Amino acid sequence: MHPFNYVAAKSVDEVTKVLAKHGDRARCLAGGTDLLVQLRAGVYELDAVVDIKTLPAANVLTLNGSLRMGSAVPCHRIYEDKAIAKAFPGIVDGASIVGGIQIQSRAGMGGNLCNSSPSADTVPGLIVHNAECVIAGPKGKRSVAAADFVTGVRRNVLKNGEFLLEVKLPKPDKGFGAAYERFTPRNEMDIAIAGVASSITLGANGKVKDAKIALAAVAPTPVQAKKAEEFLIGKEPTAANIAKASELAREAAKPISDMRGTVEQRKHLVGVLTRRTLTKALERAKEAK
Amino acid sequence: MVEKVHVRTTLNGEPTEFLVYPYQSLLETLREVIGLTGTKEGCNDGNCGACTVQVDDRIVDSCLVLGVEVEGKKVTTVEGLATPAGLHPLQQAFLEEASLQCGICTPGFLVASKALLDREPKADEHRIRHWLAGNLCRCTGYDKIIRAVQKVGATSKPARATAAQATAKRRPAGARK
Repeated sequence: MHPFNYVAAKSVDEVTKVLAKHGDRARCLAGGTDLLVQLRAGVYELDAVVDIKTLPAANVLTLNGSLRMGSAVPCHRIYEDKAIAKAFPGIVDGASIVGGIQIQSRAGMGGNLCNSSPSADTVPGLIVHNAECVIAGPKGKRSVAAADFVTGVRRNVLKNGEFLLEVKLPKPDKGFGAAYERFTPRNEMDIAIAGVASSITLGANGKVKDAKIALAAVAPTPVQAKKAEEFLIGKEPTAANIAKASELAREAAKPISDMRGTVEQRKHLVGVLTRRTLTKALERAKEAK
Repeated sequence: MVEKVHVRTTLNGEPTEFLVYPYQSLLETLREVIGLTGTKEGCNDGNCGACTVQVDDRIVDSCLVLGVEVEGKKVTTVEGLATPAGLHPLQQAFLEEASLQCGICTPGFLVASKALLDREPKADEHRIRHWLAGNLCRCTGYDKIIRAVQKVGATSKPARATAAQATAKRRPAGARK
């Protein structure tokens, strides 16, 4: 591993200064479960690693209708909080299946976003919950929708000197439900061949007021199945309509064939997982009404 | 120029100080700097759990933690389990149930199992298998390990299920066929 200095960050300014000074030779350390593996493999050669777990602002986790989640908050803090699990089921599904218990002690959604892997298990859930990413940089803060954060494989909207400070999730509307599921050959400790998060908001008339569907591991970035979403909005949430939306979601998938799965398998899985997650989201939406 | 960092921690109950390069993992720190070789290196990338240690109240893969990160924290390794009075009940149960062959995964399994039973003494077989999913063993086929953990658990009956029954049981309804 290339020798680097370690900074236990105490303030947002300190983080942005170190990042701005070193450019692409510095990165933030949250859980480290991707970063340390990549450093060992020589993916990055860094001169400085900035630990944001020591930064109080990156460890915020407050539920007050809406949810504020610091970028260094590990998965276990999210799924062990029963109130969060109830209000934000779409992100808890993902947080509960990242790696095993050891990984969940350290890895969190902030790192999952910034690592910007197509197969990230927690990003689709953030998208269907309409999450906003709060980015801190030398010129102050700015906000980017979780749906727009990842721009390519290991690429995202962060510019020199910037880092992800927290993720904000708006208070779900009445009648909101969400779910995430992935397909892996093993039940635990595996990387998604395909993953789908769905959310449904039921209106007072029982029809679908809003729907969101986000896909993982089937394109260079997480993608939204917009046609499927548009099809569902205004319709009755029947099994037939969910089946039709699942068909449309397959068209949004632009997967590759690799060691984990083929194009055909991944497209098929998107259909199956969209149907399952829409069905689960609908059940949860009815419970939340 | 990267210099060593002075780190103060509590290691297996003892205040411990060491000097470490910022890029050295906690695993490397324990084995090479401090000389506690009970913690094993398996894959060195967070897949196998052989290097599991407890930091404060959470188990972690020590290959994915930097030595400098444990400043001010409590670290427990497999060396912290036994007392002068004897083995930890889990260690005794692992011997009695023949839960190890080559032994490389054992320290990780012991530390992870202890953390589970400390939190949930009544953890059932399903919960134990789920908790230990991040620990790999290529010798035992897991059943003997699960049996030992159940034996130590406060009220659980030791597993006597066949491997096939156990596999069927740990797949929740509706899971992949």
